[in-house]
Amino acid sequence: MTARRLHEEQPAGFAFSEENMARVNQWIAKFPPGRQRSAVISALWIGQEQEGWVTKPMIEEVAKLLDMPYIRVLEVATFYTMFHLKPVGRHHVQVCTTTPCWLRGSDDVVKACKKHISDKPHSVSADGEFSWEEVECLGACVNAPMVLINSDPYEDLTGEKTEEILEAIRRGETPKPGSQIGRHASEPEGGPTTLTERALYDPTLRHSGPSLSDDEAKNVTPGVEQREAPTQKPPGAAT
Amino acid sequence: MLSDRDRIFTNLYGFEGADLESARRRGNWDGTKKLLDLGPEAIVDIMKKSGLRGRGGAGFPTGLKWSFMPKQVDPARPHYLVINADESEPGTCKDRDILRNDPHTLVEGALVASFAMRAHVAYIYVRGEFIREREALQRAVDEAYAARLIGKDNVHGWPFDLYVHHGAGAYICGEETALLESLEGKKGQPRLKPPFPANMGLYGCPTTVNNVESIAVAPTILRRGAEWFAGIGRPNNTGTKVFCISGHVNKPCNVEEAMGIPLKELIEKHAGGVRGGWDNLLAVIPGGASVPLIPKSVCDDILMDFDSLKAAQTGLGTAAVIVMDKSTDIVKAIQRLSYFYKHESCGQCTPCREGTGWMWRVMTRLQQGRAAVDEIDLLQEVTKQVEGHTICALGDAAAWPIQGLIRHFRPELERRIREYGALKAAE
Repeated sequence: MTARRLHEEQPAGFAFSEENMARVNQWIAKFPPGRQRSAVISALWIGQEQEGWVTKPMIEEVAKLLDMPYIRVLEVATFYTMFHLKPVGRHHVQVCTTTPCWLRGSDDVVKACKKHISDKPHSVSADGEFSWEEVECLGACVNAPMVLINSDPYEDLTGEKTEEILEAIRRGETPKPGSQIGRHASEPEGGPTTLTERALYDPTLRHSGPSLSDDEAKNVTPGVEQREAPTQKPPGAAT
Repeated sequence: MLSDRDRIFTNLYGFEGADLESARRRGNWDGTKKLLDLGPEAIVDIMKKSGLRGRGGAGFPTGLKWSFMPKQVDPARPHYLVINADESEPGTCKDRDILRNDPHTLVEGALVASFAMRAHVAYIYVRGEFIREREALQRAVDEAYAARLIGKDNVHGWPFDLYVHHGAGAYICGEETALLESLEGKKGQPRLKPPFPANMGLYGCPTTVNNVESIAVAPTILRRGAEWFAGIGRPNNTGTKVFCISGHVNKPCNVEEAMGIPLKELIEKHAGGVRGGWDNLLAVIPGGASVPLIPKSVCDDILMDFDSLKAAQTGLGTAAVIVMDKSTDIVKAIQRLSYFYKHESCGQCTPCREGTGWMWRVMTRLQQGRAAVDEIDLLQEVTKQVEGHTICALGDAAAWPIQGLIRHFRPELERRIREYGALKAAE
């Protein structure tokens, strides 16, 4: 658990832009009548997109809008860690440092952020453009280490690669998100070991190549052998 | 090895389009009406016979879970299906690929599952960090609405609304009742059970919460039959499973394989082997951060399924294989997980709120060796005090990795303590 508090300096007021108000109303419409508070996360999210961070007046406004007590919205804003409770840079970098990323060198990624953004997490860089923080598992573990810069994941990083990306963004460029070593997605580097049978994707190959009749589809295609359970080792042997 | 023709997620890697037309070419939405014509009872029956066990970690039989929903719908209490796409277990990134590359398997599965449980509304709860994935899923949902595959007046004759919802960064919302709380607009703190969601779930109505993968495999199981799915793997551990192989392997990847594939074969065939060769392997966490690690001696011949891993005092969990070679500071690896659980504890139950922080602090000292040998026993005892004494399984999940470490690497912990002591004595 992490204690999270609202920022000391708060703006005077908050109002959703017309466009964002419409988006909030779309979210409310997703839920049954009277259950509008289900849209609280989305409303705060949209507010954060508009202002850059979650402010006290925003929480008050959302509470009024969704007919919720202020404290219930404050609870939500402080519970969920993606809500920034103080200003962040225009490009906010979330660095995953949980074990799978750490095993593959997320320490170097953190170092790159410290060098190029600021020594301390959650503080905005001198030019106001960047901020960074360490976060828990971002769910791209087979492309570790990785960072999420605003909405875009950058995967298969090294320290140097991270620096290059940050520099490119600083120059106003938009580096290509995703794997930085040329992988398409989560397949093994150098090409997939499975899903290589073209007839799966090209119907024209199905007449000549292997395809499944309705009866064949009910059985497992030969090749999967049934396995026996392994014999358990005596206790103590497993060290 | 599993044939490509027996894989369910044929666009796992996104080499083909994720759009409706491409999905149809791969066989999604093929004869969905015929599946619904089977009727709810028959669908649940096929799911039971297929032996599918929930893919979210706990491995509860999916068909059985579906059958817990009331058979009659009380008009005042509509049924809901909630799909758990709050994929946050360290090591796990399988649902991400389904959401972004094969979303129509999930949308079709949502319709079929909702029909089987007599629900007209389903919510998909996507973790907040999956922004691009949520956009891809929303595109698929919009396409399905436009093609009248789902919606109030759709071609399948079962009025059905599907909504994509999202979180904002809380691991605990992957726990089913915490997810429901979050969906209701509250803090994600798990509820006491009973009452179970099948009686009192979302908005107090009968609800079933299923993992993305469990729902997305359903249409293919119904199309190809329970016998086909049950014919893969071992009894009680059937079907195919998306494995995520991360850490110290040459080629980390996701791959759909048969349940019960030997761990060594999985790593060597698909992930390019352990970095530095199999003999350089130190330990593997076989099912996501929450399960105890297993040392190399166990890895040599273990099968990757629920029962086999349970017999080795660990678990299949989400089938996220985290590989660690001999260069790993194993204590630091587990200490980092302890920090994760400290960070993600929702703070509701005292043993977890206080225990996760305490365990993390002791683990931090153990990593340096700054401890006494009997503190290892004390730590073990405290993990036992946390385990099973909390509302949800996060307390257990925080305790198990530490128990696994002590079980298999106690000599390493003692060595560090001795060395630190000798260093201090020399000063």
